[in-house]
Amino acid sequence: MPLPAPEPATAAFWEGCAVRELRIQKCAECGTHRHVPAPVCPHCRSFDHTWEASQGVGHVFSYIVVHHSVHPATADHVPYNVAVVQLDDCGGVFVTSNVIGCPNDGLRVGMRVRLVWEQVDASLSLYRFAPV
Amino acid sequence: MSSILRNAASIVGVGETEYCKVGRATRSEFELACIAVLRAIEDAGLEVSDVDGLCAYASERSAPVALAPALGMSELQFVNLYPGGGNSAAGIVHNAALAVSAGVANTVVCYRSLCQGALRFGRARAGHGSSAQPMGASIGGPQAFTAPFGLFSPAQMYALDARRHMHEFGTTSAQFGAVAVASYANAQRNPRAVMHGHPLTLEQHQASRMIADPYRLYDCCQESDGACAVVVTSSERARDLRQPRVLITAGAQGMERGDGNERQSRPAPLWTTAGQASVARRLYRDAGIGPEDIDVIQVYENFTGQVVMALEDFGFCERGEGGPFVESGAIDWPNGRFPINTSGGNLAEAYVHGLSLVIEGARQLRGTSTSQVEGAAHCLVVGGPSAPPSSALVLSRD
Repeated sequence: MPLPAPEPATAAFWEGCAVRELRIQKCAECGTHRHVPAPVCPHCRSFDHTWEASQGVGHVFSYIVVHHSVHPATADHVPYNVAVVQLDDCGGVFVTSNVIGCPNDGLRVGMRVRLVWEQVDASLSLYRFAPV
Repeated sequence: MSSILRNAASIVGVGETEYCKVGRATRSEFELACIAVLRAIEDAGLEVSDVDGLCAYASERSAPVALAPALGMSELQFVNLYPGGGNSAAGIVHNAALAVSAGVANTVVCYRSLCQGALRFGRARAGHGSSAQPMGASIGGPQAFTAPFGLFSPAQMYALDARRHMHEFGTTSAQFGAVAVASYANAQRNPRAVMHGHPLTLEQHQASRMIADPYRLYDCCQESDGACAVVVTSSERARDLRQPRVLITAGAQGMERGDGNERQSRPAPLWTTAGQASVARRLYRDAGIGPEDIDVIQVYENFTGQVVMALEDFGFCERGEGGPFVESGAIDWPNGRFPINTSGGNLAEAYVHGLSLVIEGARQLRGTSTSQVEGAAHCLVVGGPSAPPSSALVLSRD
């Protein structure tokens, strides 16, 4: 699977992943959360932000099961799921990930999930979700 | 107050190349663009020297700056790109009409040429538009928050919205299938259609392989090679030209608050819409008509579920009722109240990023469609649903 290439605007997020912390950006002025990271708050236009570590509990807002691979990395991995999880905390932002520990035909919208970390290379862990 | 655009400009010429499956064109994408543009000018009974404006998609590789000198065009007064892909389908014609009605240009050609080649839209691509590249082993930008989890293609992204619509409203895969079946039925009467001779039943739709569950093969648009073009000039000048005028009654474009490329950042309510409700509102306002006045619809099918949501956004049924609406026969030619995609559309005619839908709209109002809606006076053309900034047109018979 393609791995994330950290950039100045996203480095703090990926550094969080390395220490298994799901960091959601939060406006330092008005407190609005946003994901994915962006330079400016769309609510109050402040360029100042902090990072808040999510507790990682939420529900499946939507999901798909990919059967047709469109990238060489997934050719041997179909079918696999992709889920959009809405976090309970951090302003209820949406996070794109995968649900593990559940058969694809057992996935449901609204299903409660919690954060789990998976080591993907020497320096990086990725956030995934498992049924509560 | 009536819009200054209303009926001020007309479509006077249309041109298409032959359409074929992706990778099968024997000419280059650029050559196809040249052919389509020349055919549209010829159809209008105009000369290349009459053209003083070009409108294209921002993702167009046969850019105006290459096309104009290649065709020996005269001095251009208006050159314009509309951001994106299929969302531009009505937008480039709207922009041409605005330029003509403002007196900035006299005759504008809108065109799209597409040979997807090595950069097929259904594959994993890094970036957007004309600068997109095949995705490699690492990914930056916002896609770093989707691709590492295996979310790559439009079918996958749009299936997330379809799933949400199914969850909230009880919409079914068979209802999505009704959209595909209607389009394929129309393509059987259209010899230009890539899927001419390949009818589709609902049973075949339901038995087709999953691409990104809930989307099956036949929920997805084709990938095609081909090009098409449309000539826009003032309605006054159009009176003297070869073809019956197709009046551009209104156009609208734009995007909802919070919508954008980063789909996971959209507000929750947008996930079950086509993001076109405000475009629809402004379109009907400027056209001075409502959905009840529309006789035939050409609605961009990236995927069948997005058609269902677009029909809701444009007021043909209530929010959430799109599934039962398409299943009811309302979208079928000839007996439905609102036949859609009478050429076969993106699903079954060809995928030329939707400009072919504008051409089919013009055909309906000239009375020359292969699935002609009797007495059609107003055709709605809807650009890519859930692909902001989107666009739409109301075209009318003279």
